[in-house]
Amino acid sequence: MNPNNYLILAAILFTIGVYGVLVRRNAIIVFMSVELMLNAANLAFVAAARNTGTLDGVVVAFFVMVVAAAEVVVGLAIIVTIFRTRRSASIDEASLMKY
Amino acid sequence: MIAALIGLPLLGATVLLLGGRRTNAWGHFLAVAMSAASFLLGTFMFMQMAGKSEEEREVGQHLFDWISVGAFQVPFGLHLDQLSIVFVLLITGVGTLIHIYSIGYMEHDPNRRRFFAYLNLFVAAMLLLILADNYLLLYVGWEGVGLASYLLISFYQQKPSAATAGKKAFIVNRVGDVGLSLAIILMFVTFGTVTFDGVNAAAESGNSSTITWIGLALLLAACGKSAQFPLQSWLLDAMEGPTPVSALIHAATMVTAGVYLIVRAHAIFDLSETARTAVVIVGAITLLLGAFIGTAKDDIKKGLAGSTMSQIGYMVLAAGLGPVGYVFAIFHLLTHGMFKAGLFLGAGSVMHGMHDDVNMRHYGALRTMMKITYATFGLGFLAIIGVPPFAGFWSKDEIIYVAFSQSFIIGLATLLGAGVTAFYMTRMMAMTFFGEARWQDDVHPHESSAVMTIPMIVLAVGSVFGGMAMLFVGDIEHWLEPVTGFAKPEHSVSHSVLIPVTLTVVLGGAVLAWLRYGRRPVPVEAPTNVSFLTKAARADAYGDSINEALLMRPGQYLTRSLIWFDSKAIDGLVNGMAAAIGGLSARARRLQNGYVRSYALTMLGGAVLIALVLLLVRL
Repeated sequence: MNPNNYLILAAILFTIGVYGVLVRRNAIIVFMSVELMLNAANLAFVAAARNTGTLDGVVVAFFVMVVAAAEVVVGLAIIVTIFRTRRSASIDEASLMKY
Repeated sequence: MIAALIGLPLLGATVLLLGGRRTNAWGHFLAVAMSAASFLLGTFMFMQMAGKSEEEREVGQHLFDWISVGAFQVPFGLHLDQLSIVFVLLITGVGTLIHIYSIGYMEHDPNRRRFFAYLNLFVAAMLLLILADNYLLLYVGWEGVGLASYLLISFYQQKPSAATAGKKAFIVNRVGDVGLSLAIILMFVTFGTVTFDGVNAAAESGNSSTITWIGLALLLAACGKSAQFPLQSWLLDAMEGPTPVSALIHAATMVTAGVYLIVRAHAIFDLSETARTAVVIVGAITLLLGAFIGTAKDDIKKGLAGSTMSQIGYMVLAAGLGPVGYVFAIFHLLTHGMFKAGLFLGAGSVMHGMHDDVNMRHYGALRTMMKITYATFGLGFLAIIGVPPFAGFWSKDEIIYVAFSQSFIIGLATLLGAGVTAFYMTRMMAMTFFGEARWQDDVHPHESSAVMTIPMIVLAVGSVFGGMAMLFVGDIEHWLEPVTGFAKPEHSVSHSVLIPVTLTVVLGGAVLAWLRYGRRPVPVEAPTNVSFLTKAARADAYGDSINEALLMRPGQYLTRSLIWFDSKAIDGLVNGMAAAIGGLSARARRLQNGYVRSYALTMLGGAVLIALVLLLVRL
């Protein structure tokens, strides 16, 4: 299979992720979109690694997974706390830190 | 020993100023005692000095190192020589007499203690001025007498005119002080020292233009302190102070400090023809200007003030003539100190009897009511117009003689000045003591008490015999010669021609004044339809108007435009920049809207931009 197809898929997934982050209001969905973007990038790394026959991209993909896992823990904790205090997971309502 | 001369009056001033009201009862006696003690000590030192041979007469006292910074070494040293000692005797002698006189004159003044404290302070500062052995310490005394003068001119501080006069004197004096500080700075830069000995020794080696500039700066200083043209305007207003102050500070001692400075710095003036010429011109202008102002004043004290300016003009002129004149400048200074102090005390005595009225048009016929004042004032009058053998004759005649030896025009100016002096003094005599009584209704003239008349009598005796005593007994020419140098003028009109001519001119002035003011009745109100010259003299030769038009108004415009520039341009720039940054940040703040999604969009935009740039640069 043409390795470019993997990259095209990764680009499509990344775009969906960006779109989700920009337009959705629910914090959980935004979070999922962020994860989607990370995984799109992982896919591109792995495909590139397979293409070149080296392991570098694979290693980076592992790193990204670990970081994403850690980030999920912190991020979800914040979202849960916000939800508890405000009874809502809308990211537009949690906009107190402004000018 | 020398320090004690200064220390005694300084102690008096300190006790009286710090002691406050507790010293009210005996304060004036303490002040008199301190001044008298200083005089006795001065007399003792004079005797001691006179007993020594000429080379050993100069004594110094090094108290401590005052300023010691790198090459700049200024000792706090005092120095007593033939020139200082005559000043010591004049200042403490006349000073003590005036202290005694003030006991009577200030008897009913609630602030008498403060007055005596300032008088003591003045005596101390003046002694420091003439005993200092370097120019910087002289400057301290110079400022000290300026301070005392300011405090005493504005002594009647409840009178706005007196307060203003004090400030005026202080400010005009500052202009002169700039000259003195410039001179001191130049001396240090050029010679590396500011002591009299150091400067005298090094002066020869200095380059001539620097020497001239130092001389001119010293002349500016002398002009300020001695009320010489063009800084003369403060002296007439200074008459707002109590009369003993006018006698001591603004006639006998402080105003002559400028002459002392010029004579003390003779090493500088000996080397610079230009500076000497400037001094002579200033002296000649002032001697005529002061005499001119004196002719039209109805205020007895202002008349005498004009006369003081004029007489100091004589001294400055003589000092500017170089080694032929220094001695006679000092000689005239000493005789003038005696007769002018006597005249002022006489004027004070008249005022005391006339309810502090100073207008001579309200006097008249006082010779019968105030016999002692009349006699002492009369003797002072004969001395100042230069009738032989009174004191003023000897000194003024010598100055006229020396002036003729240097330049015919300068000689003529001094001769004319002598005539005008006779005119205004005779006018003053006639308006005060002769003619018909023009007293105001509630005035009952009476002779002053003994405490006031005795100093007047002593000074009158000085006015009669002082000149002869100094010339024939003291041999003042050779007494001062080691300090100031002395030279006989080479060729001049001979004394046998000059004395009759001078006396004729003096007599002419006196007769003219007598015909106008003695024979004819004097109107009580000053006539208004008078010539331009009289108007000019009444307005102090428009000195104030000239200062106002030339300096004050432009100064005010300058200040106002500077304030405008400061508040509009400088502040506008700074405030405008702050406002612009503030406005911009208020707008930039709006970017922080709190919406995570908009931050994410910004991030995306940034990332896209970076990607684009990378693509464009790489490819």
